[in-house]
Order: sequence, then C-alpha cells, then structure tokens
Amino acid sequence: MNYKKLLVIIGIFIITILLGIFIYPDGLKERGIELPRFFDRPFSLGLDVSGGTLLLYEADLNNIEASDYASAMDGLRDVIERRINYSGVREPRVQINKSGEKWRLIVELAGIKDIQEAIKMIGETPYLEFKEIRTEEEAKAILELQEEESKKEEPDLRIVQTDPYFKQTSLTGQYLERAELGFDQNSLPIINLQFNDEGAKIFAVLTKKNVGQPLAIYLDNYPISIPVVREEIPSGKAQISGEFTLPEAKELVTRLNQGALPVPINLISQQSIGAVLGEESIQKITKAALLGFILVLMFMIVIYRMPGFLSSISLIIYVILTMSIFKALPVTLTLAGITGFILSVGMAVDANILIFEHAKEEIKKNKPMRISMEDGFLRSWPAIRDSNIATIISAVILYYFTSSMIRGFSVTLAIGVGVSLITALYITRLFLQVLTTNK
Amino acid sequence: MDFIQKRKIFYGFSIAMIAGSFLCLSIFGFNLGIDFTGGSLWELTVPDIQNDGLSKVVEYLENEELGQINVQTTNEDSLILRFSNISEEKHVQLFKGLREIIPLIQEKKFESIGPSIGQELKSKSIWAVFLVFFGILTYLWYAFRHSSFRIPSYRYGILAVSVLMHDAIFIVGLFSLLGKLKGWEVNSDFLVALLVVAGYSVHDTIVVFDRIRENMHLKTKGDLKEIINLGINQTLLRSLNTSLTTVFPLIALYFLGPISIKVLVTAMISGVIIGTYSSICLAAPLLYDWALRRV
Repeated sequence: MNYKKLLVIIGIFIITILLGIFIYPDGLKERGIELPRFFDRPFSLGLDVSGGTLLLYEADLNNIEASDYASAMDGLRDVIERRINYSGVREPRVQINKSGEKWRLIVELAGIKDIQEAIKMIGETPYLEFKEIRTEEEAKAILELQEEESKKEEPDLRIVQTDPYFKQTSLTGQYLERAELGFDQNSLPIINLQFNDEGAKIFAVLTKKNVGQPLAIYLDNYPISIPVVREEIPSGKAQISGEFTLPEAKELVTRLNQGALPVPINLISQQSIGAVLGEESIQKITKAALLGFILVLMFMIVIYRMPGFLSSISLIIYVILTMSIFKALPVTLTLAGITGFILSVGMAVDANILIFEHAKEEIKKNKPMRISMEDGFLRSWPAIRDSNIATIISAVILYYFTSSMIRGFSVTLAIGVGVSLITALYITRLFLQVLTTNK
Repeated sequence: MDFIQKRKIFYGFSIAMIAGSFLCLSIFGFNLGIDFTGGSLWELTVPDIQNDGLSKVVEYLENEELGQINVQTTNEDSLILRFSNISEEKHVQLFKGLREIIPLIQEKKFESIGPSIGQELKSKSIWAVFLVFFGILTYLWYAFRHSSFRIPSYRYGILAVSVLMHDAIFIVGLFSLLGKLKGWEVNSDFLVALLVVAGYSVHDTIVVFDRIRENMHLKTKGDLKEIINLGINQTLLRSLNTSLTTVFPLIALYFLGPISIKVLVTAMISGVIIGTYSSICLAAPLLYDWALRRV
C-alpha cells in the first residue's frame, strides 16, 4: 500500500475542488454558501462571446491623394489592429467603413467596459509630423486673415486654426522605420528617429531647403521640438530633444515603434455592443459542449471500464486545471480560442486511449495488470510526447507570427496540450498505480 | 487487414480527391464571407429589443438568403447587422418587410464596411504556415533519428507535412463545393477549422509513425512490409476510438449549437475523418514505398 501516493491523490483532489470553485464561484453561491473571495476575477471573454465596446473613428485624409485613400486606410487599419493586440486586448475587430465621402474605421474591443480606457489605448498613438517655417509675408498674411475672420459672427474654423508660422510637409510618422531612446551630452533623454529610404529622401530635401531655418517636429499637433537645421541630412536620421522625462521618452519610443498612424483620426462615436454570436448562441454552444464532454467520458468508461473511469476523472481534472489557467492568466476566450481548447481536449483523450490500447496488448501477453498498465504508459509515451510537442511547436510559431484569431487559437491549444501532457503522464498514471497496487 | 497490399486503391482515391478539390476550386472558387470581402452594415433601432424584437428581425432576415448574418445588440436599443453586399433595391425591400413586422423600427444607418481580416494578417499567416511546416519537419527529423537505420528520419517529417497538405486541400475543396451547393460562406472561422484539421492530421500521422518506429526497433531485421502493416493494424483501434471521441462533441455542437458555427463544426468533423483516413491509408503506405527507394 502506497500511502505517499494516496496522499498525493488526495492533494490533487483538494486542489481540483479549489480550482473548481475558482472557475465557477457562483456554483457555491447558488447553494447558499458564501466564501470569502480571494483572487476573484471573471473569465476574459472575446468580442464574439461577450461583446465589448465599439469605437467609430473618422480619418482625416486631407493630406492624401484621393487615389491613395484605400491604401492609406488599409495601413491605418493594420496599425490600429497591431496597437490593440499589443495592449493585451485580444482579437479586436477593425473594419474600414466608407460612408458617403467619409472614410471611417470601426474598432471593436472585447470586454472593455470603460470606454475612456479604450479610447486612450488607441487615441494616444502619436501622430508625428515635420513642419517647415513659413516666410514672413506668408505668416503676416495669415495673421491678418485670421484677425479679419475672427471678427465675423461665424468665423471659418479652418482659417482661424491655421498655424501662421509653420506649414505642413510631406514628412510624417508614416516614413518612420524605428525610434530609439538616447541621451544627449547632459544625459537628458532624447529620441533618435530613423526614417525609411523614402522618408530619408524627403528629409534630405527638406533639410537642404531649410539650412539655417527651424524645422518643427510636431507630435499630435503640438510642437515638441523646433531645432534649427545646420546642414543637409542625407542619412534619414533625426533627433527629438524636447523636455522629456525618462519615462515619457520611453513611452513615446514604444508608441512610435508600434507604428505611427499614417493619417490622423478623430473619434466620432462610441457605444457598447453585445456578443457577435449572440447570447442565445453561446448558451447553446455551452450546453452542446458539456453534453459532448459527457459523451466522451461515457464512451471511455464503456470501452475501457475501470481504467476508463479513472481517466474520466483525470480528464475532468484536466479540464478544470486548463480552465483555471485560462482564467488566471487571463487568456481571452473567443470562438477560435475555444476551438483550440476543444482540439486539445481531443488530444488529451487520445493520450489516454493510446495508453490503454498499449496496456491491453500487454495484458494479452499474460502480464499482471499493474505491469501491463505501467508498460502501457512507457510504450505510449514516445507517441504522446512527439505528437504533442509537434502541436506545441506549431502553436508557438502561429502565436509569434500571426495576430487576431489565429493567435487566440494557438494560445489555448498550446496551453491545453501542455497541460494534457502533464495530466496524462502524472495524474492518470498515479491513479492506476495506486489502484493496481492495492489489488 | 493488409493495408500495404491495397495501397494503390487508397492512392487512387486520394489522387481523385485532390484532383476533385482543385477542380471544384478552379470552377466554383470560394464563397467568401464578409470577414474576407466586407459587406453591408445596417444599424436599426428596434423597440422591444429585449423581448422578441431581436428574434423577429433575425428570423425575418434569415429567410432572405443573405448568407451569414452577424447580429450585435448595442446599449442604445439598436441592432448592428453585418452581411454580404446588397443592392439599394434589396435594402429598401428588406426595410419595408421589417416595418411590416415591427412598425416602429427605425433605420440609423446603412453603409458598406471593409473586411475584418486585414492584409497584414493574410501575409503573416502565409509565412507562419511555412514556418510551421519547417518546424514539424525539423522536429520529426530529430525525434525519429534513431529509426534512421531503416528509413531516413527526414522522410517521416516530409510525409507528415505532405499528408497534412492532402487533408487541408480536401477540406478546402469540400468547402468550395459546399459553397456552390449550399451557399455556405467561408469566414474567419474556416481558417481556424483548417488549423484544427492540420493539427489533428499531424497528430494522427505521428501516432501511426511512432508505432512503426517501435516495431522496427523490436524486429530490427523483419520485413518492412510486415512491420508497417502491423503498425497500422495495432493503431487501428486507437485511431477509431480517438476519432469517435473527437467527433462526439462535434456532432453535439452540430445539432445543438447555433447555425453560426455550423461551418466551423462541419469542417472539423470532416477534418477528423480525413485525418484518420490519411494517417492509416496514406502516410504509412507512402512510408513503405519511399523506404524501398534507396537515397
């Protein structure tokens, strides 16, 4: 009799029950038991499963040729999507929307109840531009025009808001290759910019034209640095030396590297939205999935009897364990993510089947039950290991090289398969060892 | 059962299926859904949305053959509907129809929207797929290195990836056909289903190869034909049981789940079936044929 192993099993059961409470605390509440809640957090659910926030942005395409609208919007779409993915919200839905002559971006974010937070996440993407100084006459003319205009009852905002000193150039954050944090002679933080080839050409022309003149660097429509050009810069390297604190500079570098917006955007509306799949659909899916899982357990018990029963228990532990990980990390659950999890459950069941089929062969050789089971484990281990590692490798590659729903799928699959390796190898095995030695 | 003996039949069957898939794809193409093509966005203010307003609208639209419809409620008593591109006349006709059912229904906007699958995701995914192939090849080349005395281990990887492609092409062809016959649309769900098919296929193939590997080590001098055939037969019951346990929950989802995930579930069920078939009837016999050729 192996007391040590029995103790471990009891430990596993206690942990599983605690985790069960963690993933479904309402189950206790419904039965009138109130527990002090520690580390209580909801599942992180995706847009398709639980809804979220819809933000509508209008793109300002004034500085873009009409023929380039579509490609500028495509670029904008991808940058915004990248930014949201980076911020940890998984699988947003970003769509271009053309409404009359206006180009808009519909951004849907999952599970964000605080709209301000959502706006901050996207809206703070810096819009970087370089501006050159106007001639004195030009500035004077604009100032005069503005004075005249502001006396009117309904002044034309476009005229009033025109910057009288600096004018736009074609150099914007769109041409940025990367930004890096640096320090000047006085150890103050500066930001080094490197433009791509196209940007470098524009920058060279711009600096050549403005030698001895100031060239202003605007961030989100505010001048942050107005250096004077000393000579033509052909290398495409620029430097921003504003009055940054170190954290400010660091954050700015990160945001610039995530991709400056190719065009400026304005938020025009916001609302919270329901699940893409619909409430009713989700209840149906949950019910069907639960029934499917019970069918699998019944199948295992009918075909493999006692070992099947034990593996059913270890499968239940497996599901609870995996879901706890999803909840604790948290992993955002979308339809794609849930699909990945279902596949990993299938593979976990397969690990059990492989073991028992091998064990049955050993039993036929008239080996004792205990040895047959142990041999079943040992002989099926290479197959379980290799097939699961191949799956994990694929999932990790998909995770690092894609985005959106493919990423959501690969996260749950990798976690699911990883956990199944552990439960099949340790928990099912432990159960069988204890049971068979008792005989 | 002697699988190696009958392998020509399986090869013929698979070649026919692949040819059929390509044929379907070239004739019918794909019935791409709004995730890929973009479509229409329709926002309606519906009174009584909490009670039966929502289901009335959805029921009406589902009978209008608009393809897949995405329905979302908002916090302002309105519905956001997304479906394929429709003409202005159709739009007017739909609104009239809805007004007959729900007199107080109001239209907030009707606009076109772009695809939710961006260029970036498309190009990234293609690269990722090649990297995954490479990853599987490299791992199997390493994992089966001790079996190299009979069959060079890189061949296991190449066969696993080839069989994976066979399965994926079949599913793609099947959905091209279903798009034509039943009007089923291919959306982002389908991409996920293809990943499942690929994952299951490789998993199954490795399990069969593992058994062959084990047998080769037990009988180092045995006849390769017998060894491989034995391996197939030994894993047969396991393959069958695993497919059944995987298909059970999927069938439950097919019948009890919502219509919106039917494409996903159907692709997964057919993927499990084809994956099981190809690991037994294709991967292992191909390994035999290739093993006969010396490098």
